[in-house]
Amino acid sequence: MRTARFSRGFSDYQIKMAFIMPTMILLILMNIFPLLWSLYLSFHRYKASMPNRPAKFIGPQNYARLLTDPEIWGYFQTTAYFVVLAVITQFIIGFGLALLLNREFRYKGLVTTLILLPMMLSPVVVGLFWRFIFASDASGLVNYLLSPLFGGPIGWTTDPKIAMLAVVIVDTWMWSPFMMLISLAGLSAIPKYLYEAADVDRASQWFKFRWITLPLVSPLLLIALLFRTMDAFKMFDIVYVLTREGGPGIATETVSMNLYKLAFRNYNTGKACAMAYILLIIIVALSNIYVKHLNKVRGEA
Amino acid sequence: MAQIERSRFGHYVALAVIVVAVLIYLTPIYWIVATSLKSPADIIAQVPQFLFRVTLEHYQKLMPDAVPGLTYVFSAEALIGILACFLPVRNIGFARRFAFLWNGLLILTCLYALATTINYNFLMLSIYTIIVFLLISPQKSTEARRVRLSLVGASVLAIVAICTLFAHGGSKYFHQLLNSIIIGFGSTLLAVGFGTLSAYAFSRFEVAGKEDLLFFILSTRMLPPVVVVIPIYLMYSALGLRDTHLGLILLYTTFNVSFAVWLMKGFIDEIPKEYEDAALVDGYTRFQTFVKVVLPQSVTGIAATAVFCLITAWNEFAFALVLTEVGGRAVTAPPSITSAIGSSGVDWGKIAAATFVFLLPVAIFTFLMRGHLLRGVTFGAVKK
Repeated sequence: MRTARFSRGFSDYQIKMAFIMPTMILLILMNIFPLLWSLYLSFHRYKASMPNRPAKFIGPQNYARLLTDPEIWGYFQTTAYFVVLAVITQFIIGFGLALLLNREFRYKGLVTTLILLPMMLSPVVVGLFWRFIFASDASGLVNYLLSPLFGGPIGWTTDPKIAMLAVVIVDTWMWSPFMMLISLAGLSAIPKYLYEAADVDRASQWFKFRWITLPLVSPLLLIALLFRTMDAFKMFDIVYVLTREGGPGIATETVSMNLYKLAFRNYNTGKACAMAYILLIIIVALSNIYVKHLNKVRGEA
Repeated sequence: MAQIERSRFGHYVALAVIVVAVLIYLTPIYWIVATSLKSPADIIAQVPQFLFRVTLEHYQKLMPDAVPGLTYVFSAEALIGILACFLPVRNIGFARRFAFLWNGLLILTCLYALATTINYNFLMLSIYTIIVFLLISPQKSTEARRVRLSLVGASVLAIVAICTLFAHGGSKYFHQLLNSIIIGFGSTLLAVGFGTLSAYAFSRFEVAGKEDLLFFILSTRMLPPVVVVIPIYLMYSALGLRDTHLGLILLYTTFNVSFAVWLMKGFIDEIPKEYEDAALVDGYTRFQTFVKVVLPQSVTGIAATAVFCLITAWNEFAFALVLTEVGGRAVTAPPSITSAIGSSGVDWGKIAAATFVFLLPVAIFTFLMRGHLLRGVTFGAVKK
């Protein structure tokens, strides 16, 4: 019915190339090319606010200045402090919730989805509203509920000592559901007969948890931890709105926030590009570990 | 006996803790809804009001001064379309005719809107409704699911039409929302299209350096936005793409496409190769096999991927902040809603109303997608 020429159609090779090319071209144009450009700029003195002044080559000066600047290390410390505090809190709450949810009860699906809701919402829009919830005057919900505990309102977003805690609370509210979701997947995949066998041997609850539950969920927990670490490391949205660009002062100014100010407040483009590369190297190292583990889990599944 | 009683007790304690946790997680969301419905005096009350008199004044602030009459037509169409989805289908022939009629009616309303307000957005909307009508036209289908899908499609478009009407009527907020919709849908369409094609190639063919390529694709998604945005800003300034829909669509497509490739690869890997082999033996070309065998099998996967891409683009902030200007032509909702913090005397009621309207679609999609959330957040690596 069809002519021989038509029924052969495109060869597999042509299809393969035609199917992969659009993605590759897009990624090269929109990711690789800009990255190369910013690498070029990172060795130059250039201000984006003055596009007519040509970029001046200054060698690795930008990097040298950044790496010896104690202020920059301060931002890295702030970020590290946030990452450690937030990820550990989220992990404990998320895994704990998953342990509780790993049982049969009515409306389990509904309850799980309700808890997962914060994770899907826009961090920046919800983060903005948290400012209102954290308001230091009496209309703030958190201060109203907690003031009997602390004996007076707390300046959640205005006190430099406490602001980071507020950021961690909002981040935990958003992302502990993520930890819960992945932990729950790991927990529900553990075969029941393992626990039954342990029961026959009259193993204690702790023994079952330590020697059955933990070893079997740990690959997934590791993925969740790595992913959150990587994501928390580049956190920008919440500090931008909740503490108004890393305030009060520089109390919650993360590396990403500082980078944004450097690039789009001071228009110190060359230096910002160098800073971006320093951040990039850290993120790539982290994501490398992450993808290796993803592939491992994928292989086992 | 004592053992059983103890474990029952533990069960109830666990349930109680879960209930408390759900309450804590939902309180901020409840507070957004409550604030959006309070009068200004209740919002700044010295004691936070949990019970209050409901007022819609903050929502009115978001709407244009004069609500066009067509709004009610579109609202009725959206509402009846959504309600009809929940009805049980007893007679498939009747359901099909109903959906056909309903979608036809929507096209007519869109064309009427286009004729009365000559507007680029309505032109696009009319074209979209016709495409959706042709693509998922329920005429030939015997499945209730497809009829429902076409009704959902029509209802979503009717809601978009309402946003367009409001934006056209002079509402700044709905203008931003419409930008979010245009950019979200545009980038999702491209990302899922490119992603599905590439995923098929990676799933079925030998590709030189496949693992490295896949890693490269994923790693582009991991880049911090602030790092990429500096050169993109310069590039867009040079090309005149700043504060344009096309610029943001291209950018959001880029970071969604890597996600789409990974997620779709997982879905396509699950389709047995034997179907394609059988089709190839029957004389289909490779391309026909892809269109007629693989695509219909992966509809669920495509839908899940599309929703995730849509939510990501909808929620995106950093790129939109740098590449658009507040009050500009292509500014999306997140930078606009948050631009209020700089000014003194923040109108929290209005912000709450804007936030709620902005969050509602995501919340609905989260419920519809609950079976796929796990896959979505782990790039398709963990399946349930």
